[in-house]
Amino acid sequence: MPDGVHAPGITTGRLPKEQIEANFGDLHPPLSPHEAAVAADRCYFCHDAPCVAACPTEIDIPLFIRQIQAGNPKGAARTILSQNILGGMCARVCPTETLCEADCVRNTAEERPVEIGRLQRFATDTLMAGNEHPFTRAAPTGRRVAVVGAGPAGLACAHRLAMHGHDVTIFEARDKPGGLNEFGIAAYKTVDGFAAREVDWLLQIGGITVRTGQRLGDGLTLEALLGSHDAVFLGVGLGGVHALGIPGEDLPGVRDAVDFIADLRQARDLSALPVGRDVVVIGGGMTAVDAAVQSKLLGAENVTIAYRRGREEMPASRYEQDLAASKGVRLMFNVRPTRILGDGAVQGVELEYTDTSGGRVEGTGEHVTLVADQVLKAIGQTLDGAPEGVEVTGGKIAVTGAGRTSRDRVWAGGDCVAGGEDLTVTAVTQGRDAAEDIHASLTA
Amino acid sequence: MADLTTEFLGIRSPNPFWLASAPPTDKEYNVRRAFEAGWGGVVWKTLGEEGPPVVNVNGPRYGVIHGPDRRVLGLNNIELITDRPLEMNLEEIARVKADYPDRAVIVSLMVPCEEQAWKRILPRVAETGADGIELNFGCPHGMSERGMGSAVGQVPEYIEMVTRWCKENYDRPVIVKLTPNITDIRYPARAAKNGGADAVSLINTVSSITSVNLDTFSPEPSIDGKGSHGGYCGPAVKPIALNMVAEIARDPETAGLPISGIGGVTTWRDAAEFMALGAGTVQVCTAAMTYGFKVVQEMVSGLSDWMDAKGYASVSDFVGRAVPNVTDWQYLNLNYVAKARIDQDKCIKCGRCYAACEDTSHQAILMKEDRVFEVDDSECVACNLCVDVCPVEGCIDMVRLQPGEVDPRTGRVVEAEYGNWTTHPNNPMARAAE
Ligand SMILES: Cc1cc2nc3c(=O)[nH]c(=O)nc-3n(C[C@H](O)[C@H](O)[C@H](O)COP(=O)(O)OP(=O)(O)OC[C@H]3O[C@@H](n4cnc5c(N)ncnc54)[C@H](O)[C@@H]3O)c2cc1C
Ligand SMILES: Cc1cc2nc3c(=O)[nH]c(=O)nc-3n(C[C@H](O)[C@H](O)[C@H](O)COP(=O)(O)O)c2cc1C
Ligand code: SF4
Ligand code: SF4
Ligand code: SF4
Repeated sequence: MPDGVHAPGITTGRLPKEQIEANFGDLHPPLSPHEAAVAADRCYFCHDAPCVAACPTEIDIPLFIRQIQAGNPKGAARTILSQNILGGMCARVCPTETLCEADCVRNTAEERPVEIGRLQRFATDTLMAGNEHPFTRAAPTGRRVAVVGAGPAGLACAHRLAMHGHDVTIFEARDKPGGLNEFGIAAYKTVDGFAAREVDWLLQIGGITVRTGQRLGDGLTLEALLGSHDAVFLGVGLGGVHALGIPGEDLPGVRDAVDFIADLRQARDLSALPVGRDVVVIGGGMTAVDAAVQSKLLGAENVTIAYRRGREEMPASRYEQDLAASKGVRLMFNVRPTRILGDGAVQGVELEYTDTSGGRVEGTGEHVTLVADQVLKAIGQTLDGAPEGVEVTGGKIAVTGAGRTSRDRVWAGGDCVAGGEDLTVTAVTQGRDAAEDIHASLTA
Repeated sequence: MADLTTEFLGIRSPNPFWLASAPPTDKEYNVRRAFEAGWGGVVWKTLGEEGPPVVNVNGPRYGVIHGPDRRVLGLNNIELITDRPLEMNLEEIARVKADYPDRAVIVSLMVPCEEQAWKRILPRVAETGADGIELNFGCPHGMSERGMGSAVGQVPEYIEMVTRWCKENYDRPVIVKLTPNITDIRYPARAAKNGGADAVSLINTVSSITSVNLDTFSPEPSIDGKGSHGGYCGPAVKPIALNMVAEIARDPETAGLPISGIGGVTTWRDAAEFMALGAGTVQVCTAAMTYGFKVVQEMVSGLSDWMDAKGYASVSDFVGRAVPNVTDWQYLNLNYVAKARIDQDKCIKCGRCYAACEDTSHQAILMKEDRVFEVDDSECVACNLCVDVCPVEGCIDMVRLQPGEVDPRTGRVVEAEYGNWTTHPNNPMARAAE
């Protein structure tokens, strides 16, 4: 019997199992062939299309949509995947409303863009349903490259290198590849184990060995990798998290949102996952929104996102904000936590109102206290240390050009490098471009 | 509300929208429902000789060309004339005409090219009280293999001969339905007129193969792995039909011969265009087959509203008004100079005008910073391609240069006087201007 939505504390059984399963269904269900035909017909096949420029991987969007129009979804998938090997995942998780679809000319015409993301999913799903891998390896070059981290950046890099005939070994700290595709992205964006299926599909190219449980810095050194490989790519993401630095942070019930989400993504049975009744999420990015929404979907009664600046400055897009609001999440702006209250466990969060009109976050001295039995911290991730001799700037690995670090024969890309946008699609772009640069230097 | 009452060959109908001879008019059940829906008249599905009726294929008889969102742009059929007994059709026609005296009921006929055959059927048709007959000299498939339909319509002498037989043996109006599957439509039209036809109707369907099945390599529609050419109709054939109607309307030998316009009429606007080119009525098949009988309601209201807006009290006020404006290329005014103008407020920056002009025309559209598209008057020849490919209606206009202005492309001052090819200096055959 579910304890019900009102049960206090962090507990399971707030909602019936079936309800939870329904809540975590596909956020944007796939287009049927008919829907895809109708959606594809809306594309104008623009010249030098603005949507392409707005896609970090520069997929030839008018071409792939025309291929769908012409009844060739697999050809469309090849167009997509040749630029973005994780085009299937990107179709699900890209904030298209701020990327390709934001610049679609149909917005000007009727304030409704071509549904590029969903069409991309239609094409890639069609190809992957047949478990076909559309690329083949070039003749082996005998060159060896080590890729550290099996997230989007590492996978994209490895695939492109393998295509060029190099032998790639991926060293991944976790017991599963996929990076945040597997452990971070909201569950309702990538249902039915898609992340793992996509990795298996990607590896069909051949020439890539994945070694899990291999953490760089934990017995494994960059020196050693450079000794046994011609080049190294670092795609380690951001393993650390920022701390709030306020009293009460260590109370039971206070957690990093990324850990909460990772548990959720790995749970075999979501109804066995405990969640608070009154959840407060601190932060304003995609992680905050995902943690809040998923808490709500698990059955938390009151979920509040507390963000220290105004709505316009919130890193989560307006679309994400509206998604949260539509699920019943309360968005609070211009508040920052000053204390976490509780005796043996979290009981509340004290927030101070802020003024950001001057650009900086200034406390106003006024406070408000929210009841809370679970607090999720989502105030940003940090680089969890960089290997010896690799220069870091602004807390991230410094790179020039296509991901060249300060160390010879070492490249980096994805969330761990400076200048990225912390999106799956940018990680893919950087991994791919670094691979091309590595290839060029190995064959020079 | 404008009066849509139409008088065509003395036959009155409440509006000029008739259903063409085809499945919509194949039987009493359909025609009664069509009249209830508001159609002004029907041309009954073509009747053949007494005796065992023709048979149709028992597999698919239609092929199609789709536009975006599976909009039917063109339909192709391999159906023959009516496959129901003559007697049954005649009885139904008589009943329907008696019940709907205000609607036009025309009987389409196709019998072998022998006078006796026509003499046998015409009195039977006369008995039904139908308002007139239409001679189907147009069907391009099946019947033509048997020496009928377009096999007759492609030989002007036969048209004239059969028309004359009909005029001699039937005392109500005779309309000759023409096939477009011919090089110059004026010859069959002249033949019909010479045979005494009261009117021509056109076009029947265009010989066509709509598609090939790339798995079986059979043309579609496929009957057990084989296909036969069919007759094409629907919006796709409208331009062909409009031209043929105009050719007949402006040919001195047939000018004034009443025309019933057919081919792709889908909205009131299509109908108004046929009528402006001289058609006294229009006939519709594919639009009804695609959307049902109710489409006529849009046609009626649209035509009437347009007439009100233009101040036309009756359809005769505008029938034929575009005919004097149809001319030969050689008489077009070469001193008319226009330039494309892009309305930046309407432009959505898709760049299609640029791609079209840059790749296939005159490199006269400039793509500037921030995707601002502008016309370069010194290259623009006013070909209209950009207007045609622009997805936003009214975004690109053709603006006429005023006499006295300099055309930056040629450097010449635009002349006020009309001047055409016949007097142009580049024309080796040029006549001195009078
Ligand atoms: C909760 C959440 C939701 C998100 N939602 C979206 C979204 O909807 N859309 C979107 O576009 N982006 C989203 N993002 C961002 C996106 O997931 C990342 O930008 C992207 O995954 C970065 O890819 P990466 O390969 O650089 O890093 P990661 O995906 O973090 O992968 C790094 C990999 O390296 C491994 N690793 C780390 N250190 C070592 C080491 N020392 N040795 C070996 N292996 C190591 C890690 O285990 C991991 O597998 C979200 C992020 C989070 C946290
Ligand atoms: C299925 C079908 C059957 C037709 N049968 C006849 C016919 O028996 N007699 C005839 O004169 N025309 C026939 N036609 C031609 C139509 O009457 C008409 O001339 C042609 O379809 C063009 O008009 P539309 O574009 O409005 O369809 C037929 C057309 C179709 C689609
Ligand atoms: S990868 Fe993302 S940004 Fe690029 S086209 Fe696909 S959905 Fe749009
Ligand atoms: S901008 Fe929109 S309409 Fe133009 S090509 Fe891209 S998706 Fe198609
Ligand atoms: S085709 Fe039309 S909308 Fe597109 S760029 Fe040209 S003028 Fe603008």
